[in-house]
Amino acid sequence: MWNGDYLFLLQNLVVKDFKIRYRNMSLGVFWSLLNPLIMMGVMTFVFVKVMPNSNIDNFPLFVMCGLVPFNFFSIAWQNGTISVANNAGLIKRIPVPREIVPIATVLSTCIHLGIQILLLLTMAAVFGPGVNRYWLWLPVVWALDILFVCGLVLATSALDVYLRDMRYIVESACTVLFWLVPIFYTLAIVPAEYVSVYQFNPIAALILALRRILIDAASPDTGLLMKFAFSSTVAFAAGLTIYSKLKSRFFDYL
Amino acid sequence: MNVIEFQNVSKTFHRSGGQRLLRHYLEDFFGAKDPNPFYALKDVSFTIRDGESVAVVGSNGAGKSTLLSLVTHLAPPSEGTVKVNGRLAALLELGAGFHPDLTGRENVFLNASLLGFTRRQANDLFGTIVDFSELQEFIDEPLRTYSNGMILRLAFGVALSLDPQILIIDEVLAVGDLAFQAKCMDKIFEIRNQGKTILCVSHATAILKNLCSRAIWLDHGQLIMDGPVDEVLSAYSPRATQAAAE
Repeated sequence: MWNGDYLFLLQNLVVKDFKIRYRNMSLGVFWSLLNPLIMMGVMTFVFVKVMPNSNIDNFPLFVMCGLVPFNFFSIAWQNGTISVANNAGLIKRIPVPREIVPIATVLSTCIHLGIQILLLLTMAAVFGPGVNRYWLWLPVVWALDILFVCGLVLATSALDVYLRDMRYIVESACTVLFWLVPIFYTLAIVPAEYVSVYQFNPIAALILALRRILIDAASPDTGLLMKFAFSSTVAFAAGLTIYSKLKSRFFDYL
Repeated sequence: MNVIEFQNVSKTFHRSGGQRLLRHYLEDFFGAKDPNPFYALKDVSFTIRDGESVAVVGSNGAGKSTLLSLVTHLAPPSEGTVKVNGRLAALLELGAGFHPDLTGRENVFLNASLLGFTRRQANDLFGTIVDFSELQEFIDEPLRTYSNGMILRLAFGVALSLDPQILIIDEVLAVGDLAFQAKCMDKIFEIRNQGKTILCVSHATAILKNLCSRAIWLDHGQLIMDGPVDEVLSAYSPRATQAAAE
């Protein structure tokens, strides 16, 4: 039906999202750096000065390893969920492959993520153990995370067309997840029976893997990686299936 | 060769009364029959052969736009089958997919990629598109500073530079000032004379008589008449004027 150039289309949609977000902001992409830096400052103050926590060294870097992935996850998930309903004009009027809309939204958040990753890597290089060969694992774990978010967004963006409540469910889920992934605590203090639940949760898995790589300068735990890869693949396959089942009736509901 | 084939096609919509609750979706999902659906199209069958140019006429709400959404596969039929063979360009709504904060240039590339251009085609045709729309001076200004006429020119420039086998036009023939309209019509006639298939919805009967050889008349979702454009229009026009008078 539509036999255009997928890469060219994807690139245009990603660049569009990114440009629109920053074009009219005088601080531009610095907003991407400001938000995690402020959060890091506040959390470091609370957990180092107000509620001293001697177990964790280098708390700013530790908490940054949690904040950057979580920020990406929550922004990509929330923007992605509303992307199909917000692009109703496009979905109803131009016969493009419809999977491309939510996926482009996630990928444009990746540009924003790239800036935050650079900040995280700079911190790890300067205040942490420095650059080492285990950093080669970074593209692998981030790719698994993006795969997971794409799957999740495909499912929730399709459901959001039918039930606009979906966006509020996602918003609440993000608030809840902030506490349920180890952003400002270690997996060691989590009771043993819940540890495997954490490892199957791709966002928690990414944070754990990042800390192994950037703070401990070691390769991530193999068992963790297996669970991480499993959950991400299943989420993507499920998201794609749900989306392709629901997309045929988008026209009637938008 | 048949490029468009409709076989006993119906399209229904729910009468929702403005509110959709979870219960409605669950009923849909489990295939419960809507006792009182709204038929936008009812049991419509026709075929269009390669190279034909066909007008679709009918009063507002007759199902013309629904028919075009089915041809472009934007909406699935509720009953029957729709078959389309060939690369299709649809001018359903000029400027769909344009964004006010992007410049003219950025919008041309975005729109081109949405319509299925490759990167190379978009680069090659960019000059032609800008020339056609006569907007060289403003091409790097954001779209929100454009007038409606300028946006339409740009959208028409992109859509008509695509080389389609089937061109679908919905009520967008009256674009910009008279000179630009004439330019657009020339382009559309040129596409027709190359032997491309054209499916066109419009209320401008004078244009339809020139452009199309065949017409389909829809009323309340039903196909009333299908035949040579002069016959259909002379049957339809009195009815339309009469309805307007009443």
